[in-house]
Order: sequence, then C-alpha cells, then structure tokens
Amino acid sequence: VKAVVLGATSGMGRALARRMAARGDVLYLLGIGENDLSKSAADLAVDGAPPAGYAECDLGSPNSFGAALDKAERALGGLDAVIVTAGIFATQEALEADPALTEKLLDIDFTGTILFCEEARKRLLARRGGTLAVWSSVAGERGRKPVVLYGAAKAGITHYLEGLDHKFRGDGLKVVCVKPGFVKTGMTAGLKTPPFAGEADDVARRVLKAIDRGTPVVYAPFAWRPIMAVIRTLPRFVMRRIGF
Amino acid sequence: MDNELASRIQRSSLAETNKNGGTLSGWGRIGAPGREVFSEDLERATREAVLCRGLGRSYGDSALPPPSHPVVLTTTLADRLLGFDESTGVLTAEAGVSIDQLNRRLLPRGWFVPVTPGTQFVTLGGAVAADVHGKNHHVAGCFGEHVRALKMRLANAEIVIASPTELPDLFWATIGGMGLTGHILEVELRMQRVRSPWIREETWRVKDIDAYIESLKVAAGRFPFTVGWIDCLSRGSSLGRGILMAGDWADPSEAPARYPKPLPTITMPIELPSFVLGRPSVQAFNFGFYWKHLPKHRERITHWQPFFYPLDMIRHWNRMYGPRGFTQYQCVLPDSASYGGARRVLEELTRRGGASFLCVIKDCGPEGHGLLSFPLKGISIALDIAVRDDTQALVDALNEKVIAEGGRIYLAKDRFTRPEHFRAMEPRLDRFLSVRRKWDPELKIRSAQSVRLFGDPA
Repeated sequence: VKAVVLGATSGMGRALARRMAARGDVLYLLGIGENDLSKSAADLAVDGAPPAGYAECDLGSPNSFGAALDKAERALGGLDAVIVTAGIFATQEALEADPALTEKLLDIDFTGTILFCEEARKRLLARRGGTLAVWSSVAGERGRKPVVLYGAAKAGITHYLEGLDHKFRGDGLKVVCVKPGFVKTGMTAGLKTPPFAGEADDVARRVLKAIDRGTPVVYAPFAWRPIMAVIRTLPRFVMRRIGF
Repeated sequence: MDNELASRIQRSSLAETNKNGGTLSGWGRIGAPGREVFSEDLERATREAVLCRGLGRSYGDSALPPPSHPVVLTTTLADRLLGFDESTGVLTAEAGVSIDQLNRRLLPRGWFVPVTPGTQFVTLGGAVAADVHGKNHHVAGCFGEHVRALKMRLANAEIVIASPTELPDLFWATIGGMGLTGHILEVELRMQRVRSPWIREETWRVKDIDAYIESLKVAAGRFPFTVGWIDCLSRGSSLGRGILMAGDWADPSEAPARYPKPLPTITMPIELPSFVLGRPSVQAFNFGFYWKHLPKHRERITHWQPFFYPLDMIRHWNRMYGPRGFTQYQCVLPDSASYGGARRVLEELTRRGGASFLCVIKDCGPEGHGLLSFPLKGISIALDIAVRDDTQALVDALNEKVIAEGGRIYLAKDRFTRPEHFRAMEPRLDRFLSVRRKWDPELKIRSAQSVRLFGDPA
C-alpha cells in the first residue's frame, strides 16, 4: 500500500504508521514541524519500510493542501490511501472561555479537515479509487455536555464522510470513518482517564483492519460501539440530566 | 501546530489535571500525593518539570514528586527510535522508549539491550537514572556502561549533550543519579547482537546459602547470565537454600528455527487481602518452588521472556501484596564480607519474621562509573517485604547489618531508609551532591526520595 498519513508523528497516527511500515507499506508523512517529521520517519525506518518522504502540511492552512498532496503522490509514485489522523482537542471549559481557541479548533477539526479530504478525494478518484480513512470521534455521535463544540466539529466530519461514502463508493472510493473513544495519547494527556480508555496501538490494529477491508465506520476500542448504540437511543430528557 | 496554540491547549489541560489531584505511587503501591502529566514532546514539557517519571517501576519514592510540587512529567509517550546503525548496534532513542518496545522491535532483527533488569517495563530514561543491572552484571556491568551519550534538559533550561567525553561530570552523575541532575531527553546506547532469540538455560537446586554463593561464583565463570532465587524462610542448616539459574543465548544450531512467539500474560485482577500473603502461603510457595526442581541439575532451551522477565508474565503482580503495599529491600555486600555476611543479613530477616515471597541473589562485578551506581563487587540480595506496622524497624535493622558489612542499598527500591543510614553506606554521596549542585544550584529538580534522603527543599 502507498499511503499518505497526515498526523503520523503522534498518538494513534504514530501507532498506525508503525503497523503499516512494519508490514511493508510505503508512507509519506504530512504534519507540522520538520524536526518532528524527521524523527518519526527515522522511527519508522528502524524496523519497517522507510517512508518515501515527508512534508509540512498544516490543517490550519488550506492553501498548502494541494501542493503537499502532489508532492506526496510524486514521491510515492502512486496513491492507494490517504489517512487523516491530525486534529486538536480542548476541553469544553477551555473552549467556552476562549473564543479564539474555539475558532482555531473549528478551523482545524472541521473546515481544514474537510478541505483536505476534498483534495485527497479528487486525487484518489482520478486514480479510479482508493481508501480515505479519517479520524472522527465518538464525540460526534450525540450532542453531549462535555464535548459540545469539539463534538459539533466531529459530527460534521462523520456526516461528511458518510455522504462521501454514499456518493463515491460506486466509483471505487472507500471511505473509512474512525470513531475512537477515549484513547491514552498526548492529545488526551492531562484529562482524567475514564473507564474503557484505549491504547493507541489497539486502536491502530482495529483501524488497519478496517482500512484493509474498507469498513465504512469503525469504533475503537470495540467497547465504544455498544456504548454508543445505547447513548444514541437515550431520550433527550435523560441526556439533559446526565453528565456524560 | 503553532507554539502559541500548543501552549494554550497545554494550559487548559494542565488546569484540568490540577483539578484531579490524586495519589501516585511507585511499584510498591505506597501512595503519596502526586499526579502525572504526559507529553510526546519532552523538549517542550521538561522546561517546567521538577521530575521525570518513566513506567513507575521503581519500588519506592524515587519517581514520586516532592510534596510542594506534586506533579511529575511521565515520559512514556516519547517513544520514538531516532536512529539505529545495524553495523555497530548504536541506537538513539527518546527517553520514554521501554525495553519492552526494544525487545519487540529489535530482537526479531537479532539485537538485545546490553543490560536488562528483571522487568522489561522500564524506560531508557529510567534505566539510565537507576543505572539498572541485570543477570549479566558480572560480565557487562550496569546499563550506564553501555550508554554513549545523553541529551539532557538542565535545570537552567539549557539543552546539552553529556557523554564520557563531553561534560563527563554531569554524565557520570546522571548515570544512577535518579533523575536528579537534569531531565533525560534522549539516550544513545550500544545494543548487543545475539546469536539466536532463544536461551540455553541450566538450573541447579542448591542446599544452603554458603553453597549458594560458591555455586554463583562458579557459574559466573561459565555463563553471561546468572541469578538465583532463595527460600528465606528455611532456617538453620538449610538457611538460604534455593534454585540457581544460569544461561546464555543459544547457538543457532541448538535453537528452534522459528522466532519465539510472544507469550500470553495473565493479569492480577484485584488487590489481594493482606492475609493471603501471610507466612503459611509464602512458606508453601517457597517449599513448592524448591522441590519442583527435583533433579539437582537441569538443562534446556527456553524462551527469553520467562528467562529474563518471569514476573512480567503476571501483569500488576504488585497487587498481590494487599492494600498496604510493599517494599523491596535490596542491598549489596562486598566480597570481603560476603561469605558470612549474606548469612547474617538473612538471619536478621528470618529472626524478625520478614516473610518474603521472593528473594533474589546475584553476584555483582566491579563498581561502575556512575557516581551513585548501586552494585559493587560482591553479592546482592533482594527481597520483597509486605508493609506492616514494623516495616520501618525491619529496614532499619537490615540497614544496620548492611552498614556493618560495608554494603549499601539500591535507591530504585527504597522507601524506608533513613538519611543517616544512607550517608553511612555511601561515601560517594558528597561528590554526587556537589556535581548536582553545580548543575542545579537551586535544587529545582528533585523527588520525594531526594527530599527524604538528601534533605532537599520539600
């Protein structure tokens, strides 16, 4: 597999990239910071297929997307999959207190992510298909008190990916919407660890299977699938009363 | 992500952490106020940090923060390998990489860490800070002897490279310096090539402590890895009987051709009530473990995991010691004292009824270069002690014996030693403290242990 990974330097993206490189997939890394990208490229090359290269690409600057993807496609000499794990998180309290931070989060997690996917989708379709795997979140499943704003961005991503899947599956585009629950990574460091918290590598294992099969929606860790099935059916008067 | 955004998010998550105050403990599960913050980016996160913590496998309070600043920076997310040269075995890695990760990633390629402690769940930063030793101490020395360079964040916020040739005083104070001389960001070490990923192991049943120490010395001449388990409940003529284990990497001709499959682990699901590990069950375990080894001598090809890391097979085995937790007492007695010395220390233990589930004995090679590195030429004894009302008195008594024999204790295991006892064991202490003061005059970097033992500001 020849794949572009946006966000491979940290957290679940790091774990997924390691699994892919270890089995021989050739990756092109996109992310922020030359130094950080070069460290991840070195890490992957120690015991896996060396990445074809890396380049800076910031979800906050949509003008950079096309050029970054072109560069990646050239270096890879093909393109089978585009994986987007990058994004930011902040607590609901922090976002409510800081409108500039809220704007930034919505820019990155919603607008930037969708514009990047649009560029990726065009390139994959031009090659008659491929896989687009994107990190949404269980936070986007239902409007919930602790994740009103972050959840809104992720709900948007979930709907966008579902729409893409309906519209382009026939043309060969396989869209995978990844919905992690709480996973212990740098992004969630500092938050109190809830029950069913997952490890990045377990998530990576499940997601990689979903990418290989083109599964449209994957929950990780698995426990979140039944949990979310229940949460989706709770009536509003219950959701208003619980803190979840 | 730009720096300003990153710091804004970091502030918000720090505020969140501060709300969730809590307790933190070492592997011995004796809690103290403290909480962890995690970061993949150690260069950024160490600027303000008072103490770094790895996987928390030190038993006592060396990875616990000082009371006035109850936050540690946990390094485990900084887990990238930054370069590996297969022609020389030189590896550069972030400080949070664990030996477990190295074993999973590099052993299939024929490389093993030059020195490993009895658990693979330690980080490289932790291995350097405790200057860990292993079954091959008599031939390979401590972990620090194989470290070529360290990238460190100093207390004054500067980032430097320390090595045996650059800033050697800082380097050797950091090897075994319990993380008190600066924050370790990256470690460069030389890995060891192995003939096969299998172990040829020989074991002997040994009848008492004196025979034991003799056979350890004999085995040391023949094997790179030796260690022994002793039954410290048996008394009188069979005091210190046990099983001696020795081994080496198997020759490819005698080893299976396949790569050893990772073995399944089981998890100790709950904290056991204190009485479970009372004297009768410890006695039964020790009796069984000794007589399970019916023949006097056994030889086999075995998996590296149970050979190096038998206790890693049970996740959270530390829950076994009940709600009050436990401590490990590990001391080393110099050769000049060993013959009768080990017997005298064990006698003190059995006399006081310090039933220990596990008692591990190992002959050590010469003292390393680390200013506070634990081992010295002699015999090391390690035993687990469940915390009871008289644990402090037991540790005091053992320490007095050890001082009389000219030995010392291992900081990575310690929670109960008194500062005056430590000073009496450690003639190198002043030298270490003066190097540390040179690099951190305000003692910004400190731990609960350094407050307890070195009198650092709380």
